Amino acid sequence: MTANRNNIKIHVKDLKKSFGHNEVLKGISVDIYEGEVVCVIGPSGSGKSTFLRCLNRLEAATAGEVTVDGYHINDKKADINKIRENIGMVFQHFNLFANMNVIDNLTLAPVDLKKATKAEAQEIALKLLETVGLSDKAASYPSQLSGGQKQRVAIARALAMSPDVMLFDEPTSALDPEMVGEVLTVMKQLAKDGMTMVVVTHEMGFAREVADRVLFMDDGVILEEGTPDEIFSNPQNPRTIDFLNKVL
Amino acid sequence: MIQILHTYGSLLTGAMGQTLLLALWGLFFGCILGIVFGLSSVVENKVSNIIAKVYVNIIRGVPMIVLAFFVFYGVPYGIRTILGFKYTLTALQAGTICLALNCGAYMSEIIRAGIQSIDPGQMEAARSLGLSYWRSMFRVVLPQAIKNMIPSIVNQFIITLKDTSILSVIGFPELVNKAQNVIAITFKSFQTWAIVAVMYLIVILLLQQLALALERRLHRDRK
Repeated sequence: MTANRNNIKIHVKDLKKSFGHNEVLKGISVDIYEGEVVCVIGPSGSGKSTFLRCLNRLEAATAGEVTVDGYHINDKKADINKIRENIGMVFQHFNLFANMNVIDNLTLAPVDLKKATKAEAQEIALKLLETVGLSDKAASYPSQLSGGQKQRVAIARALAMSPDVMLFDEPTSALDPEMVGEVLTVMKQLAKDGMTMVVVTHEMGFAREVADRVLFMDDGVILEEGTPDEIFSNPQNPRTIDFLNKVL
Repeated sequence: MIQILHTYGSLLTGAMGQTLLLALWGLFFGCILGIVFGLSSVVENKVSNIIAKVYVNIIRGVPMIVLAFFVFYGVPYGIRTILGFKYTLTALQAGTICLALNCGAYMSEIIRAGIQSIDPGQMEAARSLGLSYWRSMFRVVLPQAIKNMIPSIVNQFIITLKDTSILSVIGFPELVNKAQNVIAITFKSFQTWAIVAVMYLIVILLLQQLALALERRLHRDRK
């Protein structure tokens, strides 16, 4: 919402990714600025999620360049674990640690990676749970939470590492419709607070309202990008027009 | 039967002691092999995947009685004729090697399957927070996987305990081996084997109770 155009946070140049003979990303180039909220939309199988997963090397790129804060993600010598501490990720299926209660989910990484003492981490965790409205669930196990609650815990877990960048991989796609709102509210607040966010989403309402920029992807390339207004009110590419006609 | 128990009871319980000793050694080294090869088969490293797979396939494909003869008679003979120095294994050493190799192969499959039964999203989430592969494995994946593995591991313990009887063929003085001696003296085959069967049964039922208590405890910890 308050993008700082002088400061490139994520730089992607000619990114390619193949799974065997199947080329999923066919050359993606984009710069994402500090504090910017970028929503990635497009049909299933267009490579949106793979693109996002290349940003923290959950998928290793086949070719091309990705830097976050100037660190080369695909450099074999890069300390990827250290870089990832700074890049939070939220998954479609939450992926809360099933063997731990909520507070331990939040404190595991900060304590394990010596970013905070146990007591400090717990204090931060409780504050984060308060901001996502789940103070009363600290001792609950993931299996006792609803989908919307799980996803809010997952966002808090990522924030517990106080990252600079947050990646969201279809964060509301696995939720019951009535729970989508509570998760989007948390994300909107995060955007308002100036977090750099890359959001793969099917929530066009959210993209329109919150995004600074929307990327439309199809078949492994970015076909069109622009402000939400440009993309939603005046799309240029026929594939974008076709896609938006189907989903809106 | 009472007469056999009276005369040979202490001999047979002693033999059961030997059976348990052999089983414990076999399980101990078997667990180590199982953990090493189980983890080798899940890490992202083609070479270690293949080594683990070859080990499991060889051991699964060879009957343990053949393995026992090979380790106890074949290997020392081979060393003597090829390398030219005398080398022998005690029946306990050979038996432990056989049991451990055998148990290790099946354990590694249990461990592999247990780890692979955990949603890959758990590992990804831990990695995305900056945890290393092994930290993620030990803090997130394994604690969940072990809970699922326990029934199969207990099952494997019982199988390994019973497999010690195969090692009677290399002369290790365990229960079956001693029972054969008793029969050779008394000719009371029905009574002796009945006693031996009941002895195995009692020990295994006790082991099962122990495992059940352990399982209950783990599940209680979760809540």
